Amino acid sequence: MQRKATQVRRRSRTLWRRLALFVAVLGPGLITSNVDNDAGGISTYSLAGAQFGYALLWSLIPMTIALYVTEEMCARMAVVTGKGLSDLIREEFGFRSTFFVMVAGFLVDLGNVVAEFAGVASAMEIFRISRYIAVPIAALVVWTLVLRGTYRQVEKIFLALCTFYLAYAFSAFLAHPNWLDAARHTVIPTVQFNSNYLLMMTALVGTTIAPWQFFYMQASFVEKRIGPRQYSQARADVIAGSVSCMLIVFFIIVATGATLYVSGHRNIADAAEAARALEPLAGRWASMLFAFGLLNASLFAASILPLSTAHVICEGLGFEAGIDRKFQEAPIFYWLYTILIVAGGGLILIPHAPLWRILVLSQVANGIWLPVVLIFMILLVNRRGLMGNQVNSRTQNVVAWSTSIIMIALTLVLLYFALFHPSATAGGL
Amino acid sequence: MLHATEVLGGEAYDAQGNFVGRISELFIEPADQPNRVARYLLGRGKYLPLLARHDQISSVAPGMIKLNVEEKDLEHFQSNEAWLAVRKDLLDQQIIDTRGRKVVRVNDVDLAEQRTNGTVELRITDVDVGLQAAARRLLQGLASPMFIRQIQEKLPARTIRWEFVNLIEPDPLRRVKLRITHDKLEKMHPADLADIMEELSPAERQSIIASLDEESAAEALAELDSRLTSQIVEKLAPEKAADIIEEMEPDKAADVLGDLSPEVSQDVLEEMPGEEAREVQALLDFDAHSAGGMMTTDFVYVGETAKRGEVVEWVRGREEINPEQLDTIFVIDGNAKFSGDIAVGRLLLAGDDEPLAQLKSEPLVSVPPDAKEKEVFALFDKYNLRTLAVVDASGRPIGAITVDDVISRLRASL
Repeated sequence: MQRKATQVRRRSRTLWRRLALFVAVLGPGLITSNVDNDAGGISTYSLAGAQFGYALLWSLIPMTIALYVTEEMCARMAVVTGKGLSDLIREEFGFRSTFFVMVAGFLVDLGNVVAEFAGVASAMEIFRISRYIAVPIAALVVWTLVLRGTYRQVEKIFLALCTFYLAYAFSAFLAHPNWLDAARHTVIPTVQFNSNYLLMMTALVGTTIAPWQFFYMQASFVEKRIGPRQYSQARADVIAGSVSCMLIVFFIIVATGATLYVSGHRNIADAAEAARALEPLAGRWASMLFAFGLLNASLFAASILPLSTAHVICEGLGFEAGIDRKFQEAPIFYWLYTILIVAGGGLILIPHAPLWRILVLSQVANGIWLPVVLIFMILLVNRRGLMGNQVNSRTQNVVAWSTSIIMIALTLVLLYFALFHPSATAGGL
Repeated sequence: MLHATEVLGGEAYDAQGNFVGRISELFIEPADQPNRVARYLLGRGKYLPLLARHDQISSVAPGMIKLNVEEKDLEHFQSNEAWLAVRKDLLDQQIIDTRGRKVVRVNDVDLAEQRTNGTVELRITDVDVGLQAAARRLLQGLASPMFIRQIQEKLPARTIRWEFVNLIEPDPLRRVKLRITHDKLEKMHPADLADIMEELSPAERQSIIASLDEESAAEALAELDSRLTSQIVEKLAPEKAADIIEEMEPDKAADVLGDLSPEVSQDVLEEMPGEEAREVQALLDFDAHSAGGMMTTDFVYVGETAKRGEVVEWVRGREEINPEQLDTIFVIDGNAKFSGDIAVGRLLLAGDDEPLAQLKSEPLVSVPPDAKEKEVFALFDKYNLRTLAVVDASGRPIGAITVDDVISRLRASL
């Protein structure tokens, strides 16, 4: 009798453990993909919906696949090698390549941090709070949130924040869209050949698959000590992340498509304006939820981006890094982190700073930078000395390379417009 | 002094002054001499690379070496696992700084020149991990050497002497060929070693555990993050895992086994000697978050009728007692029931003839094995305990909870 009771208890314990294991592994992929929907992202998605209605919805499915394939490569590298992406670039490609990656990454990420604070400023202005109050407070909150907690606590906060993305789903429902129409456009591609459409598409891809997220995700998987045995859970995490990220994008496009596009408000300038324009159409709640979503997305990304960047640079150069370390142990890490936040928030406070232009520029910088990072990743993940028999399969390589090539092509399109038709870029976006 | 990155990529000329090739790698033969550059690999584009031996080098300068033989006297290159390659195995890789007790990344390797009857030998003196070497790597070939030197002087230097460098080689066969030993790691405090291991990749961790002696491995594993510990143990052969876990205290062993999958845990238990396996198995049956799950079955107890001198004499004769961990001795009465505990400090000050009954701490505190973790923490806090007795239903002591376990658990729940 005694014996039997113990057995039952132990069985239930292993069941519980299995669940706990999944929840423990769940995290990096989900967080990274959702941070992807940052201020620049939400602005771009709102515009896509406002200008083209549901016409761009079909691109979400191929984008989900591309996001999954590329993120999975990072997860696999983390699991097999137990090393971060910049560690691997350093060990396999030497000092100079690493230095180049780090300097370029720092500048691109700084642009992104600025964009996140621009998002905070716009969102708070909808709530009628001045940016000169909102941005410094936001910067301080972000700085302390990350520095005053251990990694796991911070991650729990981030995970909880993820559920706030449901705000967009509510916004979409409150906008009373034609769901059947939306579903049809999601499955059946409708391609238009005009510069505005191509531009919007480029921006959509560029903002969804941001280069810094690969570094962040791989570092998180390494820091969570996820080994080959938990690879299937890690992959599930990446799938959950890519799909949920794209669902949010879907809801934003539907929300703005059902209201702004239908009513003819197609020339909004950014997400904040979209939120304001939603008010008379879908009610105050939809507008507030939209603004709240923007604020949350900006804060979320603003907490992760500087962290990721400081990690990348320290890993590559061989400085100690990680928020589990104390300031004295990893001074360069903490200084980089602080500089990114102070400079990022500070630039927004310059009077008449063109928030919208900053957002666009940061997306362009991401776009230029992305193919470089992707090619490093594909080369690394195919090295047998590093990955053993876990190198990419032929199918994985085909998907990964074509993703990169399409992105390079799209980036070139965006660059072409940015350089030679700047007015089209500003108006189009 | 020269730097490896100044020599690598340099041109090699033979005795006649003809260009032979570019230096693409420096090899050490640890089996022969642990720090001497024994061979220079000379790349020649589409032709097969050649190898120059250390005694074929007549001069070395940044960017150039001269040979004292002709090209035809050089041997053809064949890769050799027993050679340590400076560029591939050292530059940009992580090493363990055994004196600084951390993992660092190599920016450059410092070489000293040694002249002996007409030839020049290079010997590794330090590895360079500082900003100086970083600036050099970045600017080499882009700026003039003078300029690089000026920049370097303004930056802090950080080097690690070669004898304090512990290489990390995940492949066990190659590790043996390269004569990499981990005796310096064995001398480190297990907590420091655990910190180092947490910095490394899984394959590297595995290789370190595999090469440590069982006692050091057990100590390091006990200090590691529990998820890492189970990852490592699950990859070991069950016999090896059992050998290591046997060295742990029973409560630690139970913690480690409890985190493993049931099948692996069973395999390891079967490899352990019967008595120890039973002891650990008994601990495994307790809920991990109860007093039973926290306790160790290793504790010292004596009858209350004994005198101080007898106890000290008896403890002296017991080799299995770890003096560093002994801070409390339990006392039992004639019915083998727990009747109190004695702080070793009190025992130290007492006279030889004092009966133990007079040395017991007040009040008498103990918990049943199913007491909740939280109650245990509360008792430690309230009575400032170092050790707490766990007693069964009939009042007999079955285990002891020590303060270090309490601290680990409290930290884990922070």
